[in-house]
Amino acid sequence: MSDTSFDVIVVGGGPGGYVCAIRCAQLGLKTAVVERDRMGGICLNWGCIPTKALLRSSEIWHMLHRLKEFGISADNFKFDITKIVERSRAVSQQLSNGVAGLMKKHKITVIAGEAKLAGKGKLSVTKDGKAADYTAKNIVLATGARARTLPGLEPDGLLVWTYREAMVPPSMPKSLLVVGSGAIGIEFASFYRTLGAEVTVVEVLDRVMPVEDEEISALAAKAFTKQGMKLKLGTTVTALKKGADNVTCTLKDKAGKTEEVTVDRVILAMGIVGNVENIGLEAAGIKVEKTHIVAGKYGETGVDGVWAIGDLVGGPWLAHKAMHEGVIVAEKIAGAKGVHPLNTANVPGCTYCWPQVASVGMTEAKAKESGRKIKVGKFPFIGNGKAIALGEPEGLIKTVFDETTGELLGAHMIGAEVTELIQGYVVAKSGELTDAELSHTIFPHPTLSEMMHEAVLAADKAALHI
Amino acid sequence: MATNILMPALSPTMEEGKLAKWLVKEGDTVKSGTILAEIETDKAAMEFEAVDEGTIGKILVAEGSEGVKVNAPIAVLLGEGEKAGAAVDIPAAMKDIKAAMKAEVSAADAAKADAPKATAPVAKADGARVFASPLAKRIAASKGIDLSALSGSGPRGRIVKSDVENAKPGAAKPAAAGAAPAAGPSGIAPLPDARLLYPAGSYEETPHDSMRKAIAKRLTSAKTLIPHYYLTVDCNLDSLMAVREKMNAAAPKGKDKVPAYKLSVNDFIMKASAMALMKHPDVNASWTDTAILRHKDADVGVAVALDFGLITPIIFKAQTKGLVEISNEVKTLAGLAKEKKLKPNQYEGGGFSVSNLGMYGIKNFTSIINPPQSCIIAVGAGEERPIVKNGKIEIATVMTVTMSADHRVVDGGTGAKFLQTLKAFIEEPASMLL
Repeated sequence: MSDTSFDVIVVGGGPGGYVCAIRCAQLGLKTAVVERDRMGGICLNWGCIPTKALLRSSEIWHMLHRLKEFGISADNFKFDITKIVERSRAVSQQLSNGVAGLMKKHKITVIAGEAKLAGKGKLSVTKDGKAADYTAKNIVLATGARARTLPGLEPDGLLVWTYREAMVPPSMPKSLLVVGSGAIGIEFASFYRTLGAEVTVVEVLDRVMPVEDEEISALAAKAFTKQGMKLKLGTTVTALKKGADNVTCTLKDKAGKTEEVTVDRVILAMGIVGNVENIGLEAAGIKVEKTHIVAGKYGETGVDGVWAIGDLVGGPWLAHKAMHEGVIVAEKIAGAKGVHPLNTANVPGCTYCWPQVASVGMTEAKAKESGRKIKVGKFPFIGNGKAIALGEPEGLIKTVFDETTGELLGAHMIGAEVTELIQGYVVAKSGELTDAELSHTIFPHPTLSEMMHEAVLAADKAALHI
Repeated sequence: MATNILMPALSPTMEEGKLAKWLVKEGDTVKSGTILAEIETDKAAMEFEAVDEGTIGKILVAEGSEGVKVNAPIAVLLGEGEKAGAAVDIPAAMKDIKAAMKAEVSAADAAKADAPKATAPVAKADGARVFASPLAKRIAASKGIDLSALSGSGPRGRIVKSDVENAKPGAAKPAAAGAAPAAGPSGIAPLPDARLLYPAGSYEETPHDSMRKAIAKRLTSAKTLIPHYYLTVDCNLDSLMAVREKMNAAAPKGKDKVPAYKLSVNDFIMKASAMALMKHPDVNASWTDTAILRHKDADVGVAVALDFGLITPIIFKAQTKGLVEISNEVKTLAGLAKEKKLKPNQYEGGGFSVSNLGMYGIKNFTSIINPPQSCIIAVGAGEERPIVKNGKIEIATVMTVTMSADHRVVDGGTGAKFLQTLKAFIEEPASMLL
């Protein structure tokens, strides 16, 4: 009989859950993780990681078309969608095994099955119809989220996909309609468009990637349009009529005008809903609002010994936010001193479309709305040596500062590798550096990061290379 | 230009350390990277390297000096062409290292406070560096907030934006934060080291032990930061003495003929204080910056003099305890205190204290309040004094009690009413039974 009593049981082995478990184990707590599928959760198996593998393939495909520009010639190159998908799956597999290895290394028990709260400090885990009972002083709920569906817009797994089917296409669709232009939608749109599919993106709001800064959003829209993507903004999908191997979609714009578009496949990316069902929340008296648990700033659920983190609680719905919450809750449970709640203003967001988009903090519009006196610095890729050398002269880095205090309120980027650059501003923001310290920081030459420096200087009209 | 070499911080939390060994001497030329000295804290030892080049003009802190504050000057570095002595301008009265250290640090503070942008590290009044984010410093400077008065909520106590945004100009550190505030108002000149005023060899030096340091720190804070005022009352002990005599005579004796208890006058005062505190919860209280804490039990401390200092163990819930229990507990705690075996939970907290110097024949004195408590009574000797009763002079045993009160918590009238009750209980011990 295996052990059934723990200091902490984490429900869900996604990025929030497994990181929480590791931190608990590091702090000397006897820890278990319950996972119904594969360790690593959506992020590692069906999200962040496999899509990055797919996008890498499409990026290489894109570069192959630009070989001449770099003085190289080759012809007769092809791609095989099956092999691209295989590689993506192998990457996920490797990392999921890696997480399983981390669990072993930290002596964390992995319990396979679906967990449900069963009274104070109790958890019932069902696997293949058989239930087993576990006890834990602390239970951390990290069951994550899934794709939102709307009436009339339900996936069928064949013609109408969610991220899950879009990740493993059996063949290359010739045309696609993507519903939703958030990170998930736009990454798939970018992947399929780069590989040659006709892609239409429908967005209910009046701009793509609506959470991003308006200027960045406009530049992204311009780039996507140039690539041949069709953007239907301020538009909703009112009906999906499935054919034998295609779908006819009825679109309605703001003015009420409708049109029909027939495509091979539809990808639904209209946001997410929390996995709040069948985990015993109601009986335990845990408050749920709009499919997410209402949790305190340290993940408290209001029920003693039960905590919640990640996509299951408030946004932003990002793996790194879930991981950080996992660490906070683990440290709270262990009674560590100096634990600070997560500050959402310092959570960066990255979208791996082409061109990439990354940001942290307030958009220019939000900063203005907040009533502050602000100053904005901008620097375009065209002014940066490394960007020219790389052949990536398109893009922009933008900073938003509080003019009075010099506080970095937000930073927004579009262009090559910006997802790797944004952390610099996140460090600055978390450490509360002001424009003065950033101005006096030496950035290495020649790098794309010099643009981050220039964008700071530009806020004082002191950019050097523009 | 001559510059001061400052005591380095080996860790972010280091406040002071020992200058274990000098590896250079006056007149040596040094360059960046030359190892100057070995510095020790209770946790670590480290070599201290020169950052600039020059000549060691003067060593200000002798080898083996302990308790050297971080950022205190420990040596003077001369630039090219400068001569030792000529450029070193140390005021004569400040030649003593410790005085020099304090002066330097407060001067540095003042200079930094004047700077329009407080981007340089700020120091607390006791010389410890204040850690604050650049944004916090900038906001503090624009709002006129003294960073050294704030406690930080960031990593390792770093002061961050939210701490400054929530602070009011001139706000002080909340007293509830636990540790006693480090020092009194800044800008007060430090007292010169007493050693400067006596010929060497005319005294014996006893280095401070930790209790002496704690007494110095706590009482300086208490007397500086708490607005004390004093109320004095005389208590007629005739009834109490009679009751005490009867009770002690009635004590059962064991085989060795030792009585089971021997009540002292102080035991009665402890009990009377507990009973009076229950009647006057406003006195049984503690100050914090945001609220007054009124304690539900009468936890009464008793100052115990030791050969090596003093400590105030506490009789918790004294209102629930009888005279014998209080008497025995005081004896046990005093015994533990003398053996240095008191645990923090036996002397921390409390709502009130009693300090009694009557056994030394002291007639009247005042005590320093024992924070976080608000009041302490100083009890003098019970002695025969002439009193006037119904127009006639009579002889009675009288004891003078002086209460020190924290005016932030206990106003004069409140304190006076409490003393009235206390006096009534002491003068008629049987009334405590009511």
